Amino acid sequence: MSVSESEHVATTATAQDPFSGPDLTGHFGRFGGIFVGETLMAAVEELDRVYRQLSGDPQFWRDFDYDMAHYVGRPSPLYHAERLSEHAGGAKIILKREDLNHTGAHKINNTIGQALLAKYMGKPRIIAETGAGQHGVASATVAARLGLECHVYMGAEDVKRQAANVYRMKLLGANVVSVTSGSRTLKDAMNEALRDWATNVDNTYYIIGTVAGPHPYPMLVRDFQAIIGREAREQSLAEYGKLPDALVACVGGGSNAIGLFHPFLRDKDVAIYGVEAGGDGVETGRHAAPLSAGKPGVLHGNRTYIMSDDNGQILETHSVSAGLDYPGVGPEHAWLKDAGRANYVSVTDTEALDAFRLLTRKEGIIPALESAHAIAYAIKLAATMSPDQTVLVNLSGRGDKDIHTVAGIDGITV
Amino acid sequence: MSRISKTIAAAKQAGRKVLVPYLVAGDPDRDTTVTLMHQLVSNGADIIELGVPFSDPSSDGPVIQLGAERALRQGVGMKTVLSIVSEFRQKDDKTPIVLMGYLNPLEVMGYENFVSQASSAGVDGVLVVDLPVSEAKELLALTQPAEMDIIFLVAPTTTEKRLQGICEHSSGYLYYVSLKGVTGAAITDADSIAERVKALRERTELPVVVGFGIKDEASATSMAAISDGVIVGSALVQKIGELTDSGARDEAAVAQACELIGRLRKALDA
Repeated sequence: MSVSESEHVATTATAQDPFSGPDLTGHFGRFGGIFVGETLMAAVEELDRVYRQLSGDPQFWRDFDYDMAHYVGRPSPLYHAERLSEHAGGAKIILKREDLNHTGAHKINNTIGQALLAKYMGKPRIIAETGAGQHGVASATVAARLGLECHVYMGAEDVKRQAANVYRMKLLGANVVSVTSGSRTLKDAMNEALRDWATNVDNTYYIIGTVAGPHPYPMLVRDFQAIIGREAREQSLAEYGKLPDALVACVGGGSNAIGLFHPFLRDKDVAIYGVEAGGDGVETGRHAAPLSAGKPGVLHGNRTYIMSDDNGQILETHSVSAGLDYPGVGPEHAWLKDAGRANYVSVTDTEALDAFRLLTRKEGIIPALESAHAIAYAIKLAATMSPDQTVLVNLSGRGDKDIHTVAGIDGITV
Repeated sequence: MSRISKTIAAAKQAGRKVLVPYLVAGDPDRDTTVTLMHQLVSNGADIIELGVPFSDPSSDGPVIQLGAERALRQGVGMKTVLSIVSEFRQKDDKTPIVLMGYLNPLEVMGYENFVSQASSAGVDGVLVVDLPVSEAKELLALTQPAEMDIIFLVAPTTTEKRLQGICEHSSGYLYYVSLKGVTGAAITDADSIAERVKALRERTELPVVVGFGIKDEASATSMAAISDGVIVGSALVQKIGELTDSGARDEAAVAQACELIGRLRKALDA
């Protein structure tokens, strides 16, 4: 499937079409924007300029589409999960198989796109932050392919939790930097990456892994991930003769979710659900669900919903899934929540683990723990719908990386 | 004229460079911070930059990160920071105080609340590291009527176009970031800094104070020679950190931590 180049071109929000944001200054309503130290301002503005120019160039998207087809293995199929649907007892559950991508998750769509930008900008060194390690692996992968120097910042806690991915990154030639400041997780890795960028701004391209960070990152990461939704839309029409009735995706920073949602925003009959990490339960305070239980604030370059205390300090988050363990969320999601276009819900660690096992047993597909959150909610949602309706779930990644975590919960050392 | 502008103008007239120490409010604890501030003034500080501790200080190097962590362990928030300023003001109504920190604590408190409470506590200026001019309209609309200065950073990477906006909206002084990097890194290219600061001073009436990487007599005098003064952060916060390590909080220990500022004062006045 090839997507016409004109569909790629970034546009600007207008009163007629509220879904074409951000505006020229990078805002989605009151969210988004650019909140970084002065040293990085010029780099961020340059990236915006370069991206606006390249995203209007058909050759850029031909290069992107070529890599998507021949390197990533796109399009990823839609799969009707019949036995899971039967178990839910209601709507058809259809999976968008991002888990089948090269490197095992949707993250590669973004790193391929940003590596193209780094190449056009002539930056020989790339840096990235990572939580579960999927974005780190996807960054190390594109760096290996292009012969770029690559440094991946990862919280010391996550280095321990995700030893296999750390080794994969090292095999790919990346330098993995264990971050011991703050809470030693994803947010601290991002702080450290920002510090590196300020220090090496002349020769370094920072590949942010999600739709957060300062403008233009939320826009360009979305544009690269929107291939998920464009494909899903066309596939749904071709295979089921209609658009899905509902979309479901997990939301940490929110890149797989916005990638699926964005091409459907104007289809007002398609209901949209983003699923946050409820951890021990949102009511316990031990979770990673800023849209469900946070408040607007500024973190890592943008204004969005975040989890912070009364003094404005960022709170530590809790989730069984390292990829969702982040106290902020992409500003476009914050805007979609306030605009009422998308619904944001949460499922607990326990519900996600149940869904992880259920999908594995019913369909022979081991999902990433992140994606298992979306599966858990989709089962609940499908049960309230009729068999002629469809729920399309973004199966954003495969669960190989989580085997150790789940085995550990079962008391087994693998 | 604001307390900051007056102080810098007076120093200029006396042919002296301003010395601006930075310390984290509540590091190692609330009361010691007040003592430290008075000691810094008696050692020759002209203006004090008081850091508002933040959990995610992404523009700061390890020394100031640790300072913020020490303060946060004491539960120091904006309320405590402002109480430190109020208490300092009871004995010193002359030395300007600039709050330096990150935006989220202000967002959560509400800008209006922040400006009115900071103003009445005796804060003279505010420097929000992650608030560029382009996003500062709302805060500027509140600080200007309150006669609170907003200090913006100018970096080696700042473009001509950005500089225009920064000069237009800054008051008090411009904080020139000497290097690409985070606080506490080392200055390697003093000549190119001199060139840029010279160009900066030619285009603005605002005083220019240089910070980042100033840690001893040599770096302080070389940077002061090309500007209106210097900011010393990590080198001081390092000394304050040693207070915590030794567990000593008495006046002699505090004086020891401030001794660096006394030495720099002497070097600048020599």
